[in-house]
Amino acid sequence: MIVCQLQITKMSSMQEVNLRVLGIRDPGSLQGLAARITEQISQGEQKPFQKVIDVSSGDPHRAGMPPLSFTRQVLAACLYPELLKENRFPSDVRQRAQKLLGACNGGSVGSYSASSCGIPHIQKSVAEFITRRDSGVASDPENIIFSSGSQRTLMMVLHLLSSGQGLTQTAVLTPLPCPHSLPMLLDEVGVKQVPYQLLEEHCWATDLEELHRALKAARGHCEPRAIYISNPGNPTGHVQDLKTIQEVIRFAASERLILLVEEVYQDSVFGQEKKFLSYKKVLFEMGSSYSEMVEMVSFHSISAGTMGECGLRGGYMEVVNMDPLVKNFLVSMQAPCSPPVLPQLALEIMVNPPSPGDASYEVYTQEILQRVETLSQNAQRACEFLNDVPGMSCQHAMGGVFLYPRLHLPVQIIEEAEMSGLQADVLYCQKLLEEEGVCLGPGSENGHDDKNYHIRLCVSAPPAVLEDVLKRLRLFHLRIQDRHH
Amino acid sequence: MGKGVKKPFTEVIKANIGDAHAMGQRPITFFRQVLALCSYPELLEDNKFPEDAKKRARRILDACGGHSIGAYSASQGIECIRQDVACYIERRDGGIPSNPDNIYLSTGASDAIVTILKLLVCGEGRDRTGVMISIPQYPLYSAALADLGAVQISYYLDEDNCWSLNSAELGRALNEAKQRCKPRVLCIINPGNPTGQVQSRQCIEDVIRFAKEEHLFLMADEVYQDNVYAEGCKFHSFKKVLFEMGPEYSSTVEMASFHSTSKCYMGECGFRGGYMEVINMDPEVKAQLTKLVSVRLCPPVPGQALLDLVVNPPQPNEPSYTSFMKERTAVLAALAEKARLTEEIFNTVPGITCNPVQGAMYTFPRITLPQKAIDKAKADGVVPDMFYCMKLLEEEGICLVPGSGFGQREGTFHFRMTILPPTEKLKVVLQKIRDFHSRFTSEFS
Repeated sequence: MIVCQLQITKMSSMQEVNLRVLGIRDPGSLQGLAARITEQISQGEQKPFQKVIDVSSGDPHRAGMPPLSFTRQVLAACLYPELLKENRFPSDVRQRAQKLLGACNGGSVGSYSASSCGIPHIQKSVAEFITRRDSGVASDPENIIFSSGSQRTLMMVLHLLSSGQGLTQTAVLTPLPCPHSLPMLLDEVGVKQVPYQLLEEHCWATDLEELHRALKAARGHCEPRAIYISNPGNPTGHVQDLKTIQEVIRFAASERLILLVEEVYQDSVFGQEKKFLSYKKVLFEMGSSYSEMVEMVSFHSISAGTMGECGLRGGYMEVVNMDPLVKNFLVSMQAPCSPPVLPQLALEIMVNPPSPGDASYEVYTQEILQRVETLSQNAQRACEFLNDVPGMSCQHAMGGVFLYPRLHLPVQIIEEAEMSGLQADVLYCQKLLEEEGVCLGPGSENGHDDKNYHIRLCVSAPPAVLEDVLKRLRLFHLRIQDRHH
Repeated sequence: MGKGVKKPFTEVIKANIGDAHAMGQRPITFFRQVLALCSYPELLEDNKFPEDAKKRARRILDACGGHSIGAYSASQGIECIRQDVACYIERRDGGIPSNPDNIYLSTGASDAIVTILKLLVCGEGRDRTGVMISIPQYPLYSAALADLGAVQISYYLDEDNCWSLNSAELGRALNEAKQRCKPRVLCIINPGNPTGQVQSRQCIEDVIRFAKEEHLFLMADEVYQDNVYAEGCKFHSFKKVLFEMGPEYSSTVEMASFHSTSKCYMGECGFRGGYMEVINMDPEVKAQLTKLVSVRLCPPVPGQALLDLVVNPPQPNEPSYTSFMKERTAVLAALAEKARLTEEIFNTVPGITCNPVQGAMYTFPRITLPQKAIDKAKADGVVPDMFYCMKLLEEEGICLVPGSGFGQREGTFHFRMTILPPTEKLKVVLQKIRDFHSRFTSEFS
């Protein structure tokens, strides 16, 4: 019997999807599960917990940390300038709002920025901040480019770097563990990841020998062109010392790698005697043979530890020693549009906070101090707590918003995971979410996809919330050890 | 001028960028009230804010992590906002259902447009994806295609017929392109940028039929959907027309339509709020789209909140309704008046022909340049209409965009001017351009 097949030619099918897009690894499934469970609870379903606590991302507001008052007051006044007519807000809020509105086209936060790189007045503020921070090492506003978050600024640079396939494919040395949003980003721009292991037993320090090893192994298989650094470390909490930074810079210089330095948590350093040192400052203090040669892009954003304004999506990059023709491309990448305005205003406040004598100075400084203190105490508390849980060990964090403990998983979990086609730490996190309503991040998203199981948790949260998370985590962890004996 | 250099004019008038607020258009009070409340929720205690604004602010904040617009949202966008967008589309399209799962919030419409293009670009050499775009066009498209390495297939809009789309021309462009690429996507901007044309219903049906016959993915850029001024013109959404053409089309033609908070009566370009609705996409391909948008984490939450207000504005029974409608009507009426004025004045100038500004925010008149001017431009290494615009800027302080930036038929010249400056200023601009044009023509004859 002859069967006639009516073929309806679809206009798009998997065969016609961009190979690059097909190649992007799947995002984690936990966020979706958390959303579903939250929905179930709102529908009245009974669960062993009241609500989901999500501390898997560096999202302090989601965890319950409040925004900074001065920032939000200024933003509100800029959004609705009627508020400037009364004494609703302190005088410095009103003055700042007026100044910022004056920097916007047409005096409105609804207009495009004057340049596709951002609002010139704010580029200048950022440059001034960087110069102050780096004890006078000058920063040029023309080298500051804004965008909607450090994910996007990084993507812009990587996109320019990305070329080739197979042996000629651009590669970037990335730390292991790395920020969980990085692997997908590299997939999207078609850049290969070359991991360099951080030293867990030394609080996740960077090891020069390991950098050499990783680079050597990669050469001949791909084209390593850059090295990515996260300092303070995401998710490790490690803060690099001067010696390390100098070593990395020397390494990058001799191997002709571009430095991509993500410094989003620079304002959240709390470890004893630890201080944030910017790569730029160190670079310039190493003399002109480095400061005039090494190509570098550093990234910062308002998703920073103390501000935590992840949802506003605002960040900048500073380019150092970039070829002017290449920089032209970078500068025009966002044209004809420009980055969103509101986050640029928040950024301006972050780099140019109230000064002593200003009406809001005390409150602002208090709030910042409180956040850093809370973070410091939380990190310490959580670290001690987790180290006391059988089957867990945790390195001390000195900065950033995450802890990244190591887990021992029972064999049965590992086997169950294999059978379900999941990573074991993903299965662990899933069960934790289902049984305790706590959402943590599996280390496989940070690059640990072998038997070296880790989880990440954001400790920038109200202490009570963190206590709850720790308690539930411990209960769960002990329960599954028992369950499988 | 800021440094004291003398010029024959006192200010530079920028009629080059579609930025309403930069040209003095006021934001919609209600929207800004809600956004201020979302930004600093302590203001919810303030009795100066109307109840309907507070209600919406609370609803948005409830949908945000930790009740803060500073928390990341889901990458496809906050769910209740996507639901509101779907409801808006249903109301707009006379009840044709819209599924919130098909709605993706984005960082302005541009972000969504680039995302879809990125998704669909594939193949090598002669199999490389070809994308049909109108000439003239908004340069985002040509830039995105160049960046993605897709093949640009240009189809000319018919200047003699109010810049309308013409199936015969689509066919011509497509057939020529088949030799060098695999045509897969057809982009339309309606109402148009820079031309301002509002496509007729018949035209839209023809385009849909063409897309079906040729297996093309339709991208309908509809960011100017509220900006329709001309008598007899009406915005017809591609989706509505598609569904009214019956299941033979509505269940097969694949489409993405785009909207944003940047234009219409809001003009909030700086918020980067937008969405796309995808229709009839293969579920596996849609899963890839969902994966792709998750790489960027999420669109800016203030933009999402603003979009929510645009699709869910005050209703007749609410306290802010009257003032909201008054503001909205005033903005659109002013634009309509300026559109009419522009067409009227430009058509009195010998050497300038202006199609009716049916919609959007721009006029794209054709200018006749004397041969001597064309020669001078070429000698200077500059495109003739750029030469014209440069002179206009230097002599009158008026900033326009040369037509070459958008594409035009060989041998023709145009410029794009926005109709955004306040009416009185616009009148001055129109007069100055009129005077400049006669001067320019004399100078180069």
